[in-house]
Amino acid sequence: MVLFFLLGSLMAVAGASGVVVARKPVHGVIGMILNFLGLALLYVSLQAEFLAVVQIIVYAGAVMVLFLFVVALLTAHAKPPAMGPSPLRGQGWRAGLVAVLLLTALLPVGVVVPGRAEPWEGDFGGVVRFGQELLTTHLLAFEALALVLMVAVIGVVILVGRPPQRRRGARGEGGS
Amino acid sequence: MVINYLEVGIFALVAVAFVAITLAIGSLLRPKNPYANKLAPYECGEIPVGDGQVRFHIRYYIFALVFLVFDVEIIFLYPWAVVLEQLGLFGLVEMLIFLGLLVVGLVYAWRKKVLRWV
Amino acid sequence: MEAWWLLLVKSVGLVLLLFLIFAYLMLFERKFLGFFQLRHGPNRTGPWGLLQPFADAVKLVFKEDIIPASADRLIYRLAPMISLFVALAAYVVIPVAPSSGSFRWGIADPNAGLLLLLAILSLGVYGIALGGWASQGKYTLLGALRSTAQAISYELAMAMSLVGVLILAGSVRLDDIVAAQARVPFIVLQPVGALIFLICIVAETNRAPFDLPEGETELVGGYHTEYSGLRFAMYYMAEYINMIVMASLLTHLYLGGWHGPLLPPVVWFALKVAAVLFLFIWLRATLPRFRYDRLMSFGWKVLLPLAALNLLVTAAVVVLA
Repeated sequence: MVLFFLLGSLMAVAGASGVVVARKPVHGVIGMILNFLGLALLYVSLQAEFLAVVQIIVYAGAVMVLFLFVVALLTAHAKPPAMGPSPLRGQGWRAGLVAVLLLTALLPVGVVVPGRAEPWEGDFGGVVRFGQELLTTHLLAFEALALVLMVAVIGVVILVGRPPQRRRGARGEGGS
Repeated sequence: MVINYLEVGIFALVAVAFVAITLAIGSLLRPKNPYANKLAPYECGEIPVGDGQVRFHIRYYIFALVFLVFDVEIIFLYPWAVVLEQLGLFGLVEMLIFLGLLVVGLVYAWRKKVLRWV
Repeated sequence: MEAWWLLLVKSVGLVLLLFLIFAYLMLFERKFLGFFQLRHGPNRTGPWGLLQPFADAVKLVFKEDIIPASADRLIYRLAPMISLFVALAAYVVIPVAPSSGSFRWGIADPNAGLLLLLAILSLGVYGIALGGWASQGKYTLLGALRSTAQAISYELAMAMSLVGVLILAGSVRLDDIVAAQARVPFIVLQPVGALIFLICIVAETNRAPFDLPEGETELVGGYHTEYSGLRFAMYYMAEYINMIVMASLLTHLYLGGWHGPLLPPVVWFALKVAAVLFLFIWLRATLPRFRYDRLMSFGWKVLLPLAALNLLVTAAVVVLA
């Protein structure tokens, strides 16, 4: 369990740093995929099996494909931005210091309130249990989600769909 | 059950090791003799025109967007499918509503000719 | 959990086995294509060309690894590794025979088995997309884009068609799904689903007639045009190992897995997978390539609605009957 946590957080942090440090957007995409895989590992360590799989399928498998398309689409001829004199004057150091202070302040909290150590019984977090909960207790949220998804499709169509075509000459509906 | 994923991890490590070993063996054995013409992108023997970063059509992007929405939808079909027998008719009706709403989206995209690859 | 050394031995064995099957699958494909076209196929290296895979391997190891000057070096090197790793890792949850006593044939057996497999497969698209992008060539970029768009389109119909199996089996563990087919394989109960699934796995593995990403008449080699030597070989390995993974998956989901009379389960499983792999080769020898716009509209306007309909009918029959 601890192994999963360590590995997962390491991957997540490494991926996140990669996204920040990367000069090329595509490298950032790879960092983000690594980050998502790390998150999936963290879910596994929390016994949220289904959530881990969903994290990979939806985020790493679908959202990042979209990102990759956008990055490849938009940066076709873009040069990496020239690094002028840094606009930050020493803020980096101070921010780092504050972050370290905050983390050390948070550390005792984790020790004092250890949270739940023993695993959940049964198939907690499994697909069957998830299905039962989702389709009975959280039915309204489930159906509302379908509505949201429908709105999303319509949004896509309106935003990026073709403008109504003005046909000229003899070109028919059949298209080319 | 979490432990099952440790086995996945071990196998993944073995797979990575194999890939790495194969490449390491290759890097020891293969020749290395690069020169400018060899390193140019391949365009059927002609001198490359422009750079390889052509802009491509927006339709790839549209399909990726629509795919994303339906991928999320299918994710919800899995837990529904495995508990359908327990829920019975209730579960069926629930999914009819769910799918019905999404079919509206699909039909809209279809009618707006977004799904046409031209 | 089994002893870690046993697990390690099994893992190494499985990877070696997959490499070996890949090597001979390639030979048999060339042989069978030869027979389909009334020629001999490779027959110079060893008896019946049986040493051909090793000759190919040795040749590819000794080839120079060319990285184009304009390429993104990091991603160019990483991409084939991603492809091969994903293909290999996908086999982790596929059992080849029922566990007898304390010994298990598969490597891992998580409760979300099939879903984990789908998750791993959904990452496979990056190997091709990134490889084609990193090469910075026009052909490679087009091949990568086509491949990605095709893969995500057919992934939808594939996922939708196998929900029918999940309804019948009531589980996402592959062991349970196979156990549910002890009497009747699901291809009898789900003929439409099985057909959709078959079409989709052919498309997902970029095989003919869906091999547009590497259509040599228009795109040279598609996404792997610029690759040479071992990295090129890795893309090939990934493609064929993906075929093996998909054939095994089809066997487990629709053909009854290892169930069969007389012969031991492992043999039945191997026979069924071999039959599916032969079907792959047969399709390649028989069918001409699709046109890209038809490919996309077939995926979105025929397979996806059909899979949804199949799913609803299955659900209705299960609930009402």
